[in-house]
Amino acid sequence: MAERHNTVIAYQPSRAPALAALAFLGLALTAGFLPVLAMGIRQGLAGLDPYILRVLSFTLLQAGLSTALSLAIGLPLARALARRRAFPGRFLLLRLLNLPLALPSIVVIIGLVEVYGAGGWLGGLFALYGLQGILLAHVFFNVPLAARLVLADLERIPEENWKLAAQLGLGPWALWRIVEWPRVRSGMASAALLIFLLCASSFAVVLTLGGGPRATTLEVAIYQSLRADFDPQRAAMLALVQFALCAVLALLAQRWGGLVPDVPMLRASARRFDGRSGAARVLDAGLILLVLLLLLPPLLALAASGLQHIALAAPLLRAMLTSLLLGAASAGLAFLLVWPLAMLAVRGALWRRVAALAVLASWIVPPAALATGWFISLIAYAGPLWLSALLVIAMNAMMALPFVARVLMPALGRSAEAHDRLCLGLGIGGWNRLRVVEFPAVRRAAGLALVMALILSLGDLTAISLFGTQDFVTLPALIYRQMGSYRFDEAVGTALVLGLVVLALSALAERWGET
Amino acid sequence: MSLRLDHLAFRYEAMDMIFDAVFPAGGFTAVIGPSGGGKSTLLNLVAGFETPLAGRVLIDDADVTALPPDRRPVSMIFQDNNVFAHLSVRQNVALGISPALRLEPAQAQRVEAALADVGLDGLAHRKPGELSGGERQRVAVARALVRDRPVLLLDEPFAALGPALRRDMLDLVRAKQQARGLTVVMVTHQPEDAIHAASHTAYLEAGRIVALRPTADLFAATDVPGLAAYLGDWRNTVL
Repeated sequence: MAERHNTVIAYQPSRAPALAALAFLGLALTAGFLPVLAMGIRQGLAGLDPYILRVLSFTLLQAGLSTALSLAIGLPLARALARRRAFPGRFLLLRLLNLPLALPSIVVIIGLVEVYGAGGWLGGLFALYGLQGILLAHVFFNVPLAARLVLADLERIPEENWKLAAQLGLGPWALWRIVEWPRVRSGMASAALLIFLLCASSFAVVLTLGGGPRATTLEVAIYQSLRADFDPQRAAMLALVQFALCAVLALLAQRWGGLVPDVPMLRASARRFDGRSGAARVLDAGLILLVLLLLLPPLLALAASGLQHIALAAPLLRAMLTSLLLGAASAGLAFLLVWPLAMLAVRGALWRRVAALAVLASWIVPPAALATGWFISLIAYAGPLWLSALLVIAMNAMMALPFVARVLMPALGRSAEAHDRLCLGLGIGGWNRLRVVEFPAVRRAAGLALVMALILSLGDLTAISLFGTQDFVTLPALIYRQMGSYRFDEAVGTALVLGLVVLALSALAERWGET
Repeated sequence: MSLRLDHLAFRYEAMDMIFDAVFPAGGFTAVIGPSGGGKSTLLNLVAGFETPLAGRVLIDDADVTALPPDRRPVSMIFQDNNVFAHLSVRQNVALGISPALRLEPAQAQRVEAALADVGLDGLAHRKPGELSGGERQRVAVARALVRDRPVLLLDEPFAALGPALRRDMLDLVRAKQQARGLTVVMVTHQPEDAIHAASHTAYLEAGRIVALRPTADLFAATDVPGLAAYLGDWRNTVL
């Protein structure tokens, strides 16, 4: 693929929109980063007080443990699913594995509290508020992610390898060592980094399940410094630490194989000949059962309890409208930023590198760190509603960039390859080319990209917590508020509504993504 | 060692196959026929990668139909992916003796001998990525040699190689087959391959072995339904 794009194709789209997109991102990053950097430099190393170091070490501890646990369960699960190609419900289980990451984290958290909280079905099994709760939630999200990533690698193993292994009589251990491990090794490393990064910058989970200053992470500590303690100095210091951590991890992960996981496939894989012994069957069945026990209760509890408590009251409807408007605007903005960059990226190596880095902006400078600068520059002084809304839209759009790019780039690349010569020959260019050739050719991909960006924005709690106000409330913010004010029943109802909206959109996205 | 298919039945999508044939012991049989006719399925059934609906696979009169692939006296070489990219040539061959890659000195010598036998001595430490397509297939042949199973199945093994190289590889397999008395069954799309290397040739179409005869007889035959249409002008231009 890479080599093919290196060949110079004479068609060159206009650079102006791409430069405008870069200018926008540059401005956003500068406004976010420069004030933080200035404040940090003024404080020097003295700013790294014990509190910040404690927050940093807890961030690393919980992210490390979450990653280890997720891989420890996700890897054997992937192997079990790869070995069992045809058991009743396999298709549904694969769908179930897509659910935790598709659902907004606050919705999943509500489900977890419903099951493991005081008075829940399994109340008392874990200390839900504190490290255990954070790990439980992160495992809930990331076991499916790890399993999906490893399963995708396992399913790419060619059928001849399995035949050869069967003929050579490789036992389970030799099979793992010789056939499977070499194929999943690099994928596992990048999955581990991705999960670590997600957990190190996870916001909603730590905000809701963290136990105060003892169990807080950089991302949440920034929010608390800005919105509760009004201590921008400390926020700036935390943001710098968070920036350093995430930039290193994001660039490492990107180098290792990309941060945004592939859209999962539900196709049948190559036939395998192993795992036919009784012990292997029992082991695999046990693993699948364990994961069902992990995933199903919170989702069922959410559905069961949510159905009893859905109340389409005015605050919910208003929050829904706000969420949808913000989400649509963020998706549109993300699309406008990615499109011109992608048009150039599929035709030139330099632009490809620029675009790859640009869309990663929000991973390298994570939202709360970015927001600290924006907050210091803008909000702290006045903070009119429209400004808050713009900041939320901009931040959500930036968070969606990698996902939009992942969908749009290949589609535009295919279109470039198929149409560039023809269009040059016919003299079709500029707006006409967009209207007649590109839009029809990538319609589905564009729709998919927009819906994915919309889903991400609908689930966002970070930006809205940082910039929201009493009267500026989205669905996730409303859920968090209802949780915090001892109206948990209402929170469950709202969470179910949000979950259903997102699931409906995912179903739409999946239909568009099928081809 | 003879290979006999006794009313071996299989169904793939809408096609019912039934194979009934005796492949001559110590012979080199090529299998030709249109794509989608079941040539690869035939090999997969013999190797144990597919389970037949009915019928038996008999090797030297022993019924192996119920045996798992590794317990059958059979080795198979595929068109691609015969080697593991992360293992050296020597390790890839050694897998044929020990899945744990732990060899006794005598076994290690057999590996070296097989490597020399296929002309890979000196490349033993290389990774498959550093080899040409022909050399990679030689690794597979060497592994089949150390496994020392009397039946060798080849599924279009040299289809990706150029004419001269293909001829070399066929000569190599033919030489080993004769030296060791192997029973070889090779699926191919190239009638030239059959004529060059095979003592016998089978014509397979729509899930049936229509004819299995000495190679020269088969290509000269006018009484094999479908064969003339499959070969087309080829017979006139080559023979």
